[in-house]
Amino acid sequence: MSQQASTLFDKVWDAHVVRKINDGPDVLFIDRHFIHEVTSPVAFLGLEQRGIGVMFPERTFATADHNTPTINQDQPVKDPLSANQLKALETNTAKYGISHWGLNNPKNGIVHVVGPENGITLPGMSIVCGDSHTSTHGAFGAIAFGIGTSEVEMVLSSQCIMQPKPKKMRISVNGQLHKGVLPKDVVLYIISKLTAAGATGYFVEYAGSVFENMSMEGRMTVCNMSIEMGARGGMVAPDETTFNYINGRDKAPKGEAWDKALAYWKTLKTDEDAVFDKEYHFDAADIEPMITYGTNPGMGMGISGSIPTAEAIGSGQASFDKAMNYMGFHQGDAMKGKKVDYVFVGSCTNGRIEDFRAFASIVKGRKKADHVTAWIVPGSHIVEQQIREEGILDILTEAGFQLRQPGCSACLAMNDDKIPAGKYAVSTSNRNFEGRQGPGARTLLASPLVAAAAAVTGVVTDPRELLVEVN
Amino acid sequence: MAYDKFTVLTSTAVPLPIENVDTDQIIPARFLKATERKGFGDNLFRDWRYNSDDTPKQDFVLNNPIYSGKILVAGKNFGSGSSREHAAWAIYDYGFRCVISSFFADIFKGNSLNIGILPVTVSADFLDKIFKAIEADPKTEITVDLPSQTVTIQATGERESFEINGYKKHNMMNGFDDIDYLQAMKNEIAAFAETTPY
Repeated sequence: MSQQASTLFDKVWDAHVVRKINDGPDVLFIDRHFIHEVTSPVAFLGLEQRGIGVMFPERTFATADHNTPTINQDQPVKDPLSANQLKALETNTAKYGISHWGLNNPKNGIVHVVGPENGITLPGMSIVCGDSHTSTHGAFGAIAFGIGTSEVEMVLSSQCIMQPKPKKMRISVNGQLHKGVLPKDVVLYIISKLTAAGATGYFVEYAGSVFENMSMEGRMTVCNMSIEMGARGGMVAPDETTFNYINGRDKAPKGEAWDKALAYWKTLKTDEDAVFDKEYHFDAADIEPMITYGTNPGMGMGISGSIPTAEAIGSGQASFDKAMNYMGFHQGDAMKGKKVDYVFVGSCTNGRIEDFRAFASIVKGRKKADHVTAWIVPGSHIVEQQIREEGILDILTEAGFQLRQPGCSACLAMNDDKIPAGKYAVSTSNRNFEGRQGPGARTLLASPLVAAAAAVTGVVTDPRELLVEVN
Repeated sequence: MAYDKFTVLTSTAVPLPIENVDTDQIIPARFLKATERKGFGDNLFRDWRYNSDDTPKQDFVLNNPIYSGKILVAGKNFGSGSSREHAAWAIYDYGFRCVISSFFADIFKGNSLNIGILPVTVSADFLDKIFKAIEADPKTEITVDLPSQTVTIQATGERESFEINGYKKHNMMNGFDDIDYLQAMKNEIAAFAETTPY
């Protein structure tokens, strides 16, 4: 074993350490900082109170997404508190000269969708945002993770944060995925095996043929949910798929700068002899379309199975019973056939063009079930445009679905897109916590294919049954 | 933002023996619309604490006058989910200065330390002992001693040590925060920025 062998994570982390504090955290330099309206106002207030400014305004990018309506965005925002937050973001960014893609800006959308699609997110970067799903950007071979508001203030004022270096975990998935199994199923499967806290304290590298063959959209879905097993972040080594995705995007390097960047990015991979603190190996053939049945993302199962026991998933009985009581389910229940009231397609997890293509592949030529309310929310205006250009909007309209405007929407239900108490929602988002999608709402996390199958049948349905009919 | 220094805290404790308490339970997203850091304690554990008509849920521990204190004792994997610092603000604003659990989510732990709440990780066995001691006598006191890094159940004298890095310990004991530290090294940061490829 070579002394020098290091992991992709080590290479990127170590390149950003400004100072190591003895018996303390590393001072880490941040290349890109994303902010939004909900977790930034108190940080800007902190700057004012201390009388300090923004050190590198050109390294911070703002978008409004968490607390925005997904209809009538051209009209004034009705909720005064939400309007106030959006106004604060506009005022604060203008004051310090920070780029701001607010409502109605053609670049507006969910922060973890617009960063990559505009070439702001690049391999080898350190990226933070006051949002736990910042792990999404790890799909590009960047170190990206969520931070709190105190840390947002640190990054604004000094472009650094202080972090103890996490331990390293590698999760390898090799083999051929079955038809109808999407990246969302892969990550829900991994979380169901590791539990919702199984990767706490670690930074994950995803490796193996399944991720090598995955699109950038798919890798983003996987890295996005790293936090749902407790990991600080997840990353995939950049390769031709990554470079092809970035090439030509708005803020990506061009010309000579591109050549130079590319040469660097090609060095960003884990050395053969590098050692991880923990390794997991999974077989792609074992994964089927997944669905969650409980109140944390680790409570997921193959869609053809039945709800396991508390013991089988390593949960305390009281916490398990509390979850079952909230969901109105029982251990041993089959999930297939359970009635679905709402379907939500969107979020930073599954709000990209591939997700709407997958959804459309099943709803095409079918009709939305009458009793299902569906909220179809693109991750950005650029995604919305793609949906139109590719004819997906026509398919959706024909099947009885309406397309809404971009934003985080029902993923966290800060705006009016709340699932009513007691109702069941099949959701392509990332969290099934109690009340996450509205007080009393019951969330079943799944892929866009499972969401589509539920939307047209009105019950939890294995999408493979519908794919067979079409093909 | 400056916070109170933390050295030795002796207090009764509020038990919350539930696993995987996520930050959406600590403070639901619909209460994150403020642009200032105030009043979050009113909505701490909102949907466990109040019915939909805003009447208190009698079976929730914060509504039980038997339990009070500056220490919250919670089941494993406390603070999972969202990075919202509002969760830590709500706990602080309600009056807690310390959370004891057998396992914390990373971001919550960092947020707590940054605003002056001490997250104390104890073994699953010791956590169980604390829950049992509180169950036996809700007025039992717990002492969290930061300088010596120990937690003691006063009723039984049982004690366990906990870990915290030297830098954060120093900050907590003196009420210092990271922003002060970083402001003092801005020249070093500016020089570093010159060397980065982005």
